[in-house]
Amino acid sequence: MTTGFPVRRFARIGAALAMCAAILGASSAFAQTRGGTLNLIVQPEPPLLMLGLNQQAPTQYVAGKIYQSLLVYDARLDPQPSLAKSWKVSPDGLTYTFELQTGVKWHDGKPFGAADVVFSIDKFLREVHPRARVIINKYVDTVKAPNERTVEIRLREPFSPFLGMFVVDNMPIVPKHVYDGTDYRNNPANQTPIGTGPFKFKEWKKGSHIVLVRNPDYWKKGQPYLDEIVFRVIPDAASRAVAFEKGDVQVLRGGDVDNVDVRRLKALPNVEMTTKGWEMYGPLAFMTMNLRKPPFNNLKVRQAVMHAVNRKFVVDNIFFGMGRIATGPVASTTKFYEKNVPQYPFDLKKARALIQESGVNVGASTVKLLSFPYGAAWDRLAEYTKQSLEQIGFKVEIEATDAGGWAKRTGDFDFDLTFNYTYQYGDPALGVARHYLSNNAIKGSPFVNNEGYANTKVDELFANAAAAQKPELRQRLYSQAQEILVGEVALGYLFEVEFATLYRKNVKNLVKTGIGLNETFDDVSVEK
Amino acid sequence: MSFLTFLLGRLGKAVGVTLGVVVLNFLLIRLAPGDPAEIMAGEAASSDPTYVAQLRRQFGLDEPLPWQLWLYLKGVVQFDFGYSYRNRLPVLDLIAERLPATLLLMGLAFVFSLAVGALLGALAARSRYTNRHRWIDSALMSVSLLMYATPLFWLSLLMILLFSVSLDWLPAFGMESVGAHLAGWDRVRDVTAHLVLPVTSLGCFFMAVYARLTRASMLEVIGMDFVRTARAKGVPAGQVIRRHVMRNAMLPVVTMAGIQLGQMAGGAVLIETVFGWPGIGRLMFDALLQRDYQLLLGVFLVTSAMVVLFNLLTDLMLRVVDPRIEPRR
Repeated sequence: MTTGFPVRRFARIGAALAMCAAILGASSAFAQTRGGTLNLIVQPEPPLLMLGLNQQAPTQYVAGKIYQSLLVYDARLDPQPSLAKSWKVSPDGLTYTFELQTGVKWHDGKPFGAADVVFSIDKFLREVHPRARVIINKYVDTVKAPNERTVEIRLREPFSPFLGMFVVDNMPIVPKHVYDGTDYRNNPANQTPIGTGPFKFKEWKKGSHIVLVRNPDYWKKGQPYLDEIVFRVIPDAASRAVAFEKGDVQVLRGGDVDNVDVRRLKALPNVEMTTKGWEMYGPLAFMTMNLRKPPFNNLKVRQAVMHAVNRKFVVDNIFFGMGRIATGPVASTTKFYEKNVPQYPFDLKKARALIQESGVNVGASTVKLLSFPYGAAWDRLAEYTKQSLEQIGFKVEIEATDAGGWAKRTGDFDFDLTFNYTYQYGDPALGVARHYLSNNAIKGSPFVNNEGYANTKVDELFANAAAAQKPELRQRLYSQAQEILVGEVALGYLFEVEFATLYRKNVKNLVKTGIGLNETFDDVSVEK
Repeated sequence: MSFLTFLLGRLGKAVGVTLGVVVLNFLLIRLAPGDPAEIMAGEAASSDPTYVAQLRRQFGLDEPLPWQLWLYLKGVVQFDFGYSYRNRLPVLDLIAERLPATLLLMGLAFVFSLAVGALLGALAARSRYTNRHRWIDSALMSVSLLMYATPLFWLSLLMILLFSVSLDWLPAFGMESVGAHLAGWDRVRDVTAHLVLPVTSLGCFFMAVYARLTRASMLEVIGMDFVRTARAKGVPAGQVIRRHVMRNAMLPVVTMAGIQLGQMAGGAVLIETVFGWPGIGRLMFDALLQRDYQLLLGVFLVTSAMVVLFNLLTDLMLRVVDPRIEPRR
């Protein structure tokens, strides 16, 4: 064995490093300040805090402190223990076995056990969770509890990203004793959520604030450090900036203030900014061109559009630098990202030449650009895109709409051109494939294959990659798919959206994992 | 008896108007594209059509429209305003929780704008009529023109910047200090401090309107014969203004104020947004964006009932101010 020596040496270095880390970890834990209140903003106000029933971003932010899942994910999106302390995947990729933590209690004092996990996944989420139910119903055959501390999930066919499904908003574990046998959606307990997390629900004054308090029986000894978390409802962006400036709140989440204010606020003394904590979501912005009708049913026209839009300008001037130019359908923080794909540098000459080559008279009819009603920056992007396309001969008209109208028309494929940005959930099988699979061009949702892309080769690549066990094989298949999609401009890839988290320097351990601020905050503290 | 029949007649009309508003709103809302089930599925990034169908069935949106309207009206008559799809709570509970905050804000803003507006208008009219200190008239009218022309949200933001950020005198948002657990007079003081900025911001526009109206109306009345008679028989100037001029001049102002209450409810939505005031204006705005039909209709119903009721009160007040007003037979 020629590799024996280095491996052993690495093992020893590894052990030494682990010890260092343990000591450092212990000392940093020792330095944590106990007590205090953390003031945050929740925006917009969530309709409900029952995470199994509602997974809007603000709900995740608040309820992520109340509910937990089996696993959490670090910034590289590798699974780490949460309610499950260890797990095993069988070699055939069909059986997942989770060993649960001991001494975990629900907020009402009842003990947590394997029966809760079985109920949550096999009954509750299988019925009501808008996203998880699709995967559970397709892949999960049985969920069993061989004993009080063990859960065994059997799949019908191998699905490699399955271990990435246990993000808290996707697989929150809910109390069986509260929900079993009731009408889940109308259960009065939805108003007073009960979880296993470090913070308990205390008070919700609608339109004003939500208060969570420390759970003294939390299963991680000595945690959490904070006594209280207050979420304030402040509907106006300018007022939110004022609240942070005055110190009424200590943290601003991405989207709480306009990007133009981010620049100003991060320059304040004792303020830190990070764009980390969004790795699990990997939000990617793109243009959706309707491939079902002219002019965008022509590949050369779509390529011309890509050359005509200066994406660096878009990121720098419209989004104030809060983004990275996208290379293709997979975000660079998502697994199996491939950067060697066809490029579309800004080049008006080339764009005009491509239009000429296509033989399509793009000015013959007016292209309707359906506005994406999520803030002023997107309106500017629409105006900029209109100008850019008009430079290469298009006629473009912007149609204004609101969120409901946009979702309806995009979901009904009733558009020529619009924008969108979607989360990728760490794995192409979970958040990327849905936009391209030809059998996923189903009306009714704005987050499917709305453009009408159809390529049997790509369908096959995505299907094989989702079932493949070896990461190297998955990488090869996904790389191939990315190359084809970019070459064919299935969507007009714009940029990876970045969100700024602004916080006061005395707030410690705020953003550590792939879901950032939606984490439990069990080790967050505020220095005096 | 005539007063009672007058009141009953007006009440009957008020109920009719409110019901008409409900039916109209019910139909108008359905014209907006997208329904709550679609929006909820969309927000959750769900691409599962059976899930949308499941939601629709649960909300009763799969029934024919006239049947849905009938069920809703039947509920409203029994004071059952339905169930919010998103908040999973009865609409009446949601509104009841938020209504007091809006009533407080609007009530105070109304009193503030009417009282200050009438006072400023009277001062301006007096300085103009007596031809002494004409600058008061010009100054007051310039200020009110400025107030009239300034957008509400902009004024609010400037007030926050000045009084809350720079001077740090008043809280910038919310209705009370969270987590302070105040009680008794401390709480009243706390809420009052929170009230100052939103009430002034909301009241300023209407104050300007009433000031100009009062001034114009007073100048008109001052020139009338009965005022000249009063002065000729030796009534002191102050008393002439208060008893003879003011009372008559206030009629159009009160009428206008009643009509403008609806507009004030609209302004309250903006003010509640900027100041994070937990009232129903904000509830309505969110419900509209999320197509929460039942909640939206509930808020519309309550606000229209409020406006109708206030108009009725205005009519009654006019009868007090001017006993000559008789109900039409």
